[in-house]
Amino acid sequence: MTSAPNSINSFRTLPDPEGHFGQFGGRFVAETLMPLILELEQAYKDAREDPAFRKEMDYFLKYYVSRPNPLYYAQGLSDHLGGAKIYFKREDLNHTGAHKINNCIGQILLAKRMGKTRIIAETGAGQHGVATATVCARFGLPCTIYMGAKDIERQSPNVFRMRLLGAEVKPVTSGSRSLKDAMNEALRDWVTNVSDTFYIIGTVAGPHPYPELVRDFQCVIGNEAKEQILDAEGRLPDELVAAVGGGSNAMGLFHPFLDDKDVAITGVEAAGHGVHTGHHAASLTAGRPGVLHGNRTYLLMDDDGQIKEADSISAGLDYPGIGPEHSWLKDIGRVNYVSITDKEALSAFTLCSEKEGIIPALECAHAIAQIIKTAPKMNKDQIVLMCLSGRGDKDIFTVAEALGVKL
Amino acid sequence: MSDAIIGGKDRIAKRFEKLRAENRAGLVTFITAGDPDPETSFEILKSLPAAGADVIELGMPFTDPMADGPAIQEASNRALAAGMHMRKTLSLVRGFRDHDHETPIILMGYYNPIYIYGVNEFLEDARNAGVDGLIVVDLPPEEDSELCIPTVEKGLSFIRLTTPTSDDKRLPKLVQNTSGFVYYVSVAGVTGAGSATNDQIIEAMARLRRHTDLPIAVGFGIKTPSQAAEVAREADAAVVGSAIVSKIAESLDENGKATDNTALVVSGLVRELADGVRNARK
Ligand SMILES: Cc1ncc(COP(=O)(O)O)c(C=O)c1O
Repeated sequence: MTSAPNSINSFRTLPDPEGHFGQFGGRFVAETLMPLILELEQAYKDAREDPAFRKEMDYFLKYYVSRPNPLYYAQGLSDHLGGAKIYFKREDLNHTGAHKINNCIGQILLAKRMGKTRIIAETGAGQHGVATATVCARFGLPCTIYMGAKDIERQSPNVFRMRLLGAEVKPVTSGSRSLKDAMNEALRDWVTNVSDTFYIIGTVAGPHPYPELVRDFQCVIGNEAKEQILDAEGRLPDELVAAVGGGSNAMGLFHPFLDDKDVAITGVEAAGHGVHTGHHAASLTAGRPGVLHGNRTYLLMDDDGQIKEADSISAGLDYPGIGPEHSWLKDIGRVNYVSITDKEALSAFTLCSEKEGIIPALECAHAIAQIIKTAPKMNKDQIVLMCLSGRGDKDIFTVAEALGVKL
Repeated sequence: MSDAIIGGKDRIAKRFEKLRAENRAGLVTFITAGDPDPETSFEILKSLPAAGADVIELGMPFTDPMADGPAIQEASNRALAAGMHMRKTLSLVRGFRDHDHETPIILMGYYNPIYIYGVNEFLEDARNAGVDGLIVVDLPPEEDSELCIPTVEKGLSFIRLTTPTSDDKRLPKLVQNTSGFVYYVSVAGVTGAGSATNDQIIEAMARLRRHTDLPIAVGFGIKTPSQAAEVAREADAAVVGSAIVSKIAESLDENGKATDNTALVVSGLVRELADGVRNARK
């Protein structure tokens, strides 16, 4: 890790008023959406300063999402690897089984505040779709979820869950038929229905103010984890690890620790079949800065600026971009980004199931795989804190197929 | 607000002057560069002025056209599959300029391919190729420093999209660095979707006229000659895109390849649209 420029006293002050994290971020959207985006920015500013909004959020996070969730000492895995002490922040224990709901509670309350009457969202693994459908059911708003046709096949349990919750799931057949195309389609819906529709973006990407507000709503992960590790160990961890798709669970964990200079931070991208094969989703490792979906960020693309299809066994990481704040954290060197292949993630998936009795989502299996590589080289008194972003029930069909098992 | 001057002559301003002198609205036609393949696309492009196109919008293909409906998405996909890229798009324009020195060409698309080309290099090459202006869908005035300002400094026009969500509060910001003409997107939505009513267009035109003296072109959802004529009674130009691009799609063979008919059906439709536009105020 290269050290940050001395001029930076805090890594937690961005974005600037135009939504920039260094050169990244911004508001690259069609004009039809601009007035709405400015309105959202104002509504969020007001809500953030309104104690009633905070109170309502806290209520739903506690009684509906079931927070705080535990910081769990993964002794089985720690002993097996024989190095650092590994802690899991148990986002898998949230209602709906992943961190995505933290953000959805915040955004649905914002939508209500703004008087919006219809919700749309994109989803990859289906976790964000399920979380969105869940809050829409709870708050009585109709919702339409855009999901790539390829993801509908590999995440069928979540598709059924969304439909049970009353959501309309629209298959997206354009482009690579996965997350990026679902986002295109959601944006198309939004431009068409600007006046009544709120777009609940599922990760720290999109035009300003989304990367900021989604991060703020997800920071509950890191804020709780910080308190919990101090309780358990009396000190901060040596390293944080989290998987990055768009980057919301990672940003939620990382952000409250960014100014704790002794805490090393590692984000794990999906290397798919291997970064060298070209079939992967490692935009920070192998991409370059470009503009897509409302922000400037690292993207996978060709020399003509055409976006490449991402490839990962994990639908939630299968995206050719990344939240702009991660791009900035990479460039200034505060966070180290690495990548993990499908194969490595699969063996981490089974190892965690066997050693901990926890079936992890394939997304965070990437983070576990990284720990499998590094923890054995660390001392027994060192601490690694990882975000277990979701549970793996949704992935059992994909994993069975990859392991050659017929269900 | 300075109009774009290219080597002492500004094709866009001249074209709208001519239209005013003829007391008629113009027809702006959209096709995607390289659709369905670079050669056929060049043939189509060359045929447009004679068929009655007054201004040409040439789409720069992009993998993720977020503000476009299925017709233009597919046009983009066909072009990319046929090996189209930005340098070839510019050489199409260069080739066109060998035959036509007067019809304005506006490149339309998304920012990323331009950003990756390099803004200054792109503007230099575009101007040298004979491009007159740019419409870049995902660059609102909040991002003017990216491309809009450099474009105007290079003497090209940066044409802004105004929409039904552009109210009196927003419009001053929108017309600020705009030149050439103002494009009014008559419905909130993607290209090729439904169309606005005549009353809605009249109301929007009045609102826009309060904020700009530039010519106003109205587009989105115009499919037939009679729709084009209706718009042409109110606006300075009518823009047709998806309907033309759909004609290209219909003309292809079972393998998605161009047929002898492809260029012909396009000029056929453009001729009908031009008739509608030219006779609108008679
Ligand atoms: C369990 C889980 N973890 C991680 C992700 C990746 O998203 P992000 O990087 O925004 O946390 C997803 C996305 O669907 C997910 O479902």
